Amino acid sequence: MTTGGWIIMIISVGSVVSLLIGCVWKVLTTPRETEHLRGVNTHTPDRDREISSN
Amino acid sequence: MATPDSPPTQASPERWSSRWGVILAVAGSAVGLGNYLRFPGLAAKYGGGAFMLAYGISFLIIGLPICWAEWTLGRMGGARGFNSAPGILNALWKWPGAKYVGVIGVVIPLVIYMYYVYIEAWCLGYAVNYLFSGFQFHDVKESTAFFDAFIGASANGAALHFGRESVGWYVLIVMLLNYYFIFRGLSQGIERFCRYALPALVLIALVVLVRVLTLGTPDPSHAERSVANGLGFLWNPDKVELQQFSPETGQWVPIHETSDPGLLSGDAGSVAGLEERAALLNERVPNSARVRVYPFWEQLAKPDLWLAAASQIFFSLSVGFGVILNYASYLRKSDDVVLSGLTATAANEFCEVAQGGMITVPAAVVYFGVAGVAGIGAYDLGFKVLPMVFVAMPAGRVFGFLFFFLLFLAANTSALSLLQPGVAFLEEALELERKRSVALLAIMTMVGTGFVWYCSRDLKALSTLDFWAGTLLIYIFSTVQIILFAWIIGVDRGFREAHAGAAIQIPRIFRCVMRFLCPAFLLAVFVAWLGIKVIGLGGQGLSSYVTDLIGADAPVSHPPNKVAVAAVGLIIVLMMFLAVITSGVKRYHDYVHHDEEGPS
Repeated sequence: MTTGGWIIMIISVGSVVSLLIGCVWKVLTTPRETEHLRGVNTHTPDRDREISSN
Repeated sequence: MATPDSPPTQASPERWSSRWGVILAVAGSAVGLGNYLRFPGLAAKYGGGAFMLAYGISFLIIGLPICWAEWTLGRMGGARGFNSAPGILNALWKWPGAKYVGVIGVVIPLVIYMYYVYIEAWCLGYAVNYLFSGFQFHDVKESTAFFDAFIGASANGAALHFGRESVGWYVLIVMLLNYYFIFRGLSQGIERFCRYALPALVLIALVVLVRVLTLGTPDPSHAERSVANGLGFLWNPDKVELQQFSPETGQWVPIHETSDPGLLSGDAGSVAGLEERAALLNERVPNSARVRVYPFWEQLAKPDLWLAAASQIFFSLSVGFGVILNYASYLRKSDDVVLSGLTATAANEFCEVAQGGMITVPAAVVYFGVAGVAGIGAYDLGFKVLPMVFVAMPAGRVFGFLFFFLLFLAANTSALSLLQPGVAFLEEALELERKRSVALLAIMTMVGTGFVWYCSRDLKALSTLDFWAGTLLIYIFSTVQIILFAWIIGVDRGFREAHAGAAIQIPRIFRCVMRFLCPAFLLAVFVAWLGIKVIGLGGQGLSSYVTDLIGADAPVSHPPNKVAVAAVGLIIVLMMFLAVITSGVKRYHDYVHHDEEGPS
């Protein structure tokens, strides 16, 4: 592999790894982003069972 | 009568159960075979560096903007009680024909699903065969013969066989599996599956990646067949081709290529090797062959490279399919779309560049050299060459299973996302319960998949559907979405909508990118694609996809191909069928647009 190849590979791979780490960090450190919302699937069998059992 | 302020109705109670759930579901939709097979093949073909620059620019100019636009439009449509592309476009665009344009956003995922499930079955079949027997191919001819027999490439109907070494059972299994998860619903089916499948996929890819990067130089008699040279073939900026002159077209045609001048001495793919071969060819026919070196900037000037990079961005990010539009419609009005969209995109790019770009091509070069890998397509690389790599690799049976199981998971998460827009449309338009809409969709997709499965000769049905629906319609629908976001709704209001509940801000420069640069870039790519790939400007002649439909007189005279005509007919019939359903939906006709929704 040539020097140019190493540079391109490191920049390319480094960029996507940094982007992913940055995004995951932001999602984890933003309180609302980890808030779990209530699933309400009215038309699915599991939801139907849940409704009928209540 | 629905208005912008009216509460969501009918199908809209379905929601994602968590933010991570929707991110993983969208990332799962995006991560597919293209990440691990198509991307490395293209990067190697167009000489790493130049391709990555075009890829990066395409990512910034069309990938991210359309992604954010699609997420925002989807959430806006969902807030108005609509989850399907026809409903969403009808609600956000005052033009009465908008809902019919939205039909494209249902047709694309449905048609892609029809052939994608067939490829998904190949991956499962290969994984199972590795698990229970391992492949004992002695050369690529044997692996090619197995693959051709497995998929029925020799004749129509040849793939309708059942057994461990035939595709039949695997097609049925993956279809049932997909319908089961879709039937389970959004949060309990798709989201739950992606929560486990995507991390598992990334983990398996990391294990395979470590194995590939530690292969070193397994054959001391071929010192040039090393991991470093494999990476070099993929990432080096310069590209070297052995070209032969074609008297018929009057052009130089590449017959062999490498990208690593000076490092592959003695190998058939080295510059020295190419020059020797050119000299031999010139001895037979004077001035018939030459070695051509393409520096970085010269490669960047090739329209083909930009087309390949832009189309890879579409396929890779799943933008313009109508899938994100549908997925985002299940978000709440105040849910973030900017960070979620970026995170899902980043996860996809990680799988593609950091994993896909480091596994497939280097592994193949290590065992076959540059000569054995250069110029081959994604399917050939994945299903013909890689099985030979795993045969030669220590513990190859385990890693072969892991690799094809990884491809299966990637294909599975994508396939699920391709079904959901259809389910949402049937629920919304026909007011069906989920189980009925899944049943109806299953019948429709089984007809299409059955057609692809039966018409397996040369994969004609598959490739025709892929070209017209999986390429042409995606360009069209992507353009529609960015025009809707940046011009019809307006970029100012579009950004306000995108930033509602957003955890991060879209940089201001993207206002200009989304309004001018992205549509212009899309138009340029589309015109270039039509000119080069369809009409065949530059001496290539009409595309085979066109001559398959209308027949050809030269260079080889042939009538229209019946399978290709039937495939395009299938797309048209499906589009008309869905348009007829759309025309009768009372909710669409009754929808009243609010004044603030921009010019009609």
